[in-house]
Amino acid sequence: MTGAEFVPLSLSPLLIGTLAAVACALPGNFLVLRRQALIGDAISHVVLPGIVVAFLVTGVISTWPMMAGAAGAAVLAVMLIEAIRRLGRIEPGAAMGVVFTSMFAAGVLLLEQSDTSTVHLDVEHALYGNLESLIWLDATGWASLLDLEALRGLPPELPRIAVTLIAVVLFTVVFWRPLKLSTFDEGFARTLGIRTNLLGLALVVTAAIAAVASFDAVGSIIVIAMFICPPAAARLMTNRLEHQVLWSVIFAVTAAVSGYVLAGYGPLWLGGQDAVSAAGMIATMSGLILAVAARFGPCRTRAGAPQQG
Amino acid sequence: MTIELATLDGKAPQPSRAMESPLSIRGLTVSYGQKPAVFSVDMAVEAGKMTAIIGPNGAGKSTLLKAALGIVKPLSGQIQVFGAPLERQRARIAYVPQRASIDWDFPTRVIDVVLMGLYRQLGLLGRVRNTHRLRAKHCLERVGMADFAERQIGQLSGGQQQRVFLARALAQDADLYLLDEPFAGVDAATEKAIINVLKSLRAEGKTVVVVHHDLATVRDYFDNVFLINTSKVAEGPVDTCFTAETLQATYGGRLATAQVDQLAAALV
Repeated sequence: MTGAEFVPLSLSPLLIGTLAAVACALPGNFLVLRRQALIGDAISHVVLPGIVVAFLVTGVISTWPMMAGAAGAAVLAVMLIEAIRRLGRIEPGAAMGVVFTSMFAAGVLLLEQSDTSTVHLDVEHALYGNLESLIWLDATGWASLLDLEALRGLPPELPRIAVTLIAVVLFTVVFWRPLKLSTFDEGFARTLGIRTNLLGLALVVTAAIAAVASFDAVGSIIVIAMFICPPAAARLMTNRLEHQVLWSVIFAVTAAVSGYVLAGYGPLWLGGQDAVSAAGMIATMSGLILAVAARFGPCRTRAGAPQQG
Repeated sequence: MTIELATLDGKAPQPSRAMESPLSIRGLTVSYGQKPAVFSVDMAVEAGKMTAIIGPNGAGKSTLLKAALGIVKPLSGQIQVFGAPLERQRARIAYVPQRASIDWDFPTRVIDVVLMGLYRQLGLLGRVRNTHRLRAKHCLERVGMADFAERQIGQLSGGQQQRVFLARALAQDADLYLLDEPFAGVDAATEKAIINVLKSLRAEGKTVVVVHHDLATVRDYFDNVFLINTSKVAEGPVDTCFTAETLQATYGGRLATAQVDQLAAALV
């Protein structure tokens, strides 16, 4: 494939898919270790009412208001979960279940009761995103990367997910120590003066931002898969958190690149006609990586079961 | 153990700020649900001594410790550490949580766990230097775990895990050490290693408070006892407060009378 073909058609979806995968995998490491991995799933349900409300208020399908609506809904959900958990003194999982089903139901209700039903807010778009359509028509080849005029025509999803990834990386690096400490031993972390509740909230909000930014471009399937599969596979490769996070990034990138390429060319190689969904294939690849790690990873044994005696 | 030698020489360890109690609690009530776990408890820990918190299961021993550390929020009560609010004295407290409360599958090594004790010095982004590593190694040596520094924590036995947690507390270099059931489910060698370290801390003039469950070793290990069954039952020196009467009052029917008599006989 030549640059003239690759750069306009594949470069930007490939980059967006990869950046989204890494942005979700990074906070996913901590969510998996905290047994909160399904929060990615919860977020993808919870943002629906936010998106609908943003549409009702502005009246147009445009990205920034919807992102704001989605982020607002995610933060509201996190606060509701915390409130229910504390006031009701129940498990976080139960509180999460109550909040995210209610908010998803509210979103569907809003969608049906208002005149938004005619608008293109359908299930397929929500699940698979529209990765393949994020092409860069102004590009003519590799030279376009240096051409300011052409760069202006980049799909807006690309800079958005890039900024999101930078924010996620910064959060992870700056709060690495307290995140690790409070994930491992919350009580001890508190005695050091770490505000573990606030930090846990910040982690979930970071995950929500990564989810919402990825959601629009690549759909919820990738988001849910990337929160869990690369970190879970990475855990099976090493017994050190520092290495686990690096492995998870490698796995996320591998899944994104191989998934995108296989979706575009796999069916042709097999003698088929059409490409399959890139987002779906990326999620599939991450699942396969997890399966292989679960079978062959070097650190699969549960060593930590407390011994008695 | 040069420190113990120093005390044997007759140089009395200097109890730091002798007038202030390392930990003083007034009117502490903690509740997880409708029923209080700890009810209206006063406590004044004596400086430079080893104190055991003793009581039956569910008597609020751990909760008392967690409330003293600000891990759980009390309904009411005041907590002072060395005469000042807890928040200002965090650097002077070290804590060893219950081993069972931890996920030992967590991907980290022994040395990394001990380095966690240096968090307040390292801060968010401070680099871990060789001096920090040497200090962590030294703390591991004190508990006899130096050879295990590079191991994943899940590969250790229960007793070894407990010793690593004690090493982390040593790295904190505190004045007040609070330990939650450090002797629960550990082997004899570990128990001996832990009590030796705690005694050397006392010899340095530090204050040690331990949630303890083994009544048979109380007299050997501790100077003071604090008996609790949701409310405080007794507090003071082992000689006067660890008696058949106070134990009966603490454990009620849960400790057979014969058992109490036997213990009391052993005590005298």
